[in-house]
Amino acid sequence: MAVKSIHGEYPSVFMDSVDRFHGNQLVYIGWDNHTSICTANAYPLPPDMPFGALTEAVLPSVCGPHPDFPLIEWSKVEWLLDGEAFTPEMGKSLKDNGVGHKSLIRFKTPGLNGYKGTGN
Amino acid sequence: MAKKLNMRKRYELLTRGLGWEPTYQPKDKVFAQEAYEGIKITDWSKWEDPFRLTVDAYWKYQAEKDKKLYAVMDSFAQNNAHLNLADASYVNALKLFIQGVSPLEYAAHRNFARLARQLSGEGAQIACQMQSIDELRHAQTQIHTISHYNKHFHGMHDPFHMFDRVWYLSVPKSYFDDASSAGPFEFITSVSFSFEYLLTNLLFVPFMSGAAYNGDMATVTFGFSAQSDESRHMTLGLEIIKFLLEQHEDNLPIVQGWIDKHFWRAYRLLGLVAMMQDYFLPESPMSWKEGWQIYFVENAGALFNDLGRYGLQMPKYHEIATAEADHISHQIFGTFYNYIHAAAFNLGLPSEAKMNWLSEKYPDTFDKYYRPRMEMWAQMEKEGKRFFNMGLPQLCQVCQIPMCFTEIAKDDPMQVSYRVSEYEGEKFHTCSDGCKTIFDHEPEKYVNAWLPVHQIFQGNCGGAAVPDVLNWYHFHPEDGGDYVGSADEARWKAMKGEAAAEAPKTSQADAA
Repeated sequence: MAVKSIHGEYPSVFMDSVDRFHGNQLVYIGWDNHTSICTANAYPLPPDMPFGALTEAVLPSVCGPHPDFPLIEWSKVEWLLDGEAFTPEMGKSLKDNGVGHKSLIRFKTPGLNGYKGTGN
Repeated sequence: MAKKLNMRKRYELLTRGLGWEPTYQPKDKVFAQEAYEGIKITDWSKWEDPFRLTVDAYWKYQAEKDKKLYAVMDSFAQNNAHLNLADASYVNALKLFIQGVSPLEYAAHRNFARLARQLSGEGAQIACQMQSIDELRHAQTQIHTISHYNKHFHGMHDPFHMFDRVWYLSVPKSYFDDASSAGPFEFITSVSFSFEYLLTNLLFVPFMSGAAYNGDMATVTFGFSAQSDESRHMTLGLEIIKFLLEQHEDNLPIVQGWIDKHFWRAYRLLGLVAMMQDYFLPESPMSWKEGWQIYFVENAGALFNDLGRYGLQMPKYHEIATAEADHISHQIFGTFYNYIHAAAFNLGLPSEAKMNWLSEKYPDTFDKYYRPRMEMWAQMEKEGKRFFNMGLPQLCQVCQIPMCFTEIAKDDPMQVSYRVSEYEGEKFHTCSDGCKTIFDHEPEKYVNAWLPVHQIFQGNCGGAAVPDVLNWYHFHPEDGGDYVGSADEARWKAMKGEAAAEAPKTSQADAA
């Protein structure tokens, strides 16, 4: 339903369109069952960055301090891209893996369910 | 001698017959905002102001209240009464208040002035004019009350500047901007009914009773001074809803939609208050959950039973808000624990006594879900690895709160709740069914949201590094971080130390 407006069409400015991010795209990454890291985090990333760089260069800054992080076996991690299960190709770019502007990547680490298994 | 008039007659003479039929311009141009929302008003004279307050009486009451309030403030300052606080960590509640609430009072002042101009009914014009002046008075008296604390503690030096820029203050700001950028009837439904009538007790009672429990008599006095205004505003909120529904049956679905939307938006905003109530106060009068039970479940339940005769129903997703009452204060505290280095107040892990209080108040959730989190963080602190989130959070497109809420209604309270909508080829993420429904109803509006995290990445917030952004917020380095080891804690200890050293003099002052 359209917004009611006094004069003509309601003015919409897409405040987060991809062209505003200096060649990057926004990607959100969240670690399921680890809610002590309060949210998924937002990152401006080059679309050509290899997916593998996420685990090596991007995630450690936020997730690294969690006691579960060093225990992750990346080959066993289950990934979700925009709500669908998927298997990323680590050597391929974000773009070629189907990661778009404002995509949400979630990952689950079977057997590692937060501090004492409490989801923290 | 002229006959003395009764109050009703006086009110009628002083508030009605003040308008006129315009002749230079058609009426619908003079009151250009009155029709476009689709609200139908057939007879403005049916407007009843239950307080029947006239301007002369209004000035008299307000002047008396101000006189008392400023006398208390003066004596508070002269006696250095901040030294009587239970603990300086309490002042963090005032920081949140001056940063996040006082600017809303000012925004309300401006908007009720707009309504006084844009509504064509004279009774409504007068009521909105007075509320506009009330709101300005509240902003002023809050600034004056809290200015005493600003002399001694950090984080209160530039709240209006912060309000326009800071990531967590975009939560109250965006709520109010949403209402302000709507038409006059949506604004008044939002602020006067969904916020003031349904939820204002959940805002004011925690702050004011928190002040009373923690020795802050200046804020308590401000609270009393504002209370009679607030009850007038609540009554206006109820009156406007009844008036709109009695005017035309077509108004019902429009009004119901606004109540649903603004209930959810105001409720999300109050999550910040929930955190304050459960985690900031050294002495806690009541938990968020207890407040929600009394002021929403019981009071609003009874109200909507009454309003049922107009066809009005409880706001959509109210049962989710009630289910969340066991969780949200802990979840929002967790978010600020992650990012306290980027806030202009201090907090810290709750003490063992506080955790026991939380266990008692939240028997179904605290020990099971949230105490383990505190234990983990305490362990990390002990090892010198205090956890700070070094990234920036994903924000909800509508409420703008970091997406920390979970699937409580789906009985999966440790699973973050993710919702997404597609609009014109772009994804928009929301934190809940409540916020997603609001987005999907008016996506053209919410794509305009100024989301602080994205704005930082776009380079619009003073720089790319956190200190640059904090500088752009006008934060000082000592404004944020953990309370333990903070500048405020050090100063408080120094102040108390001095007081102890001069014990005889202080005892005399106390006795006086």
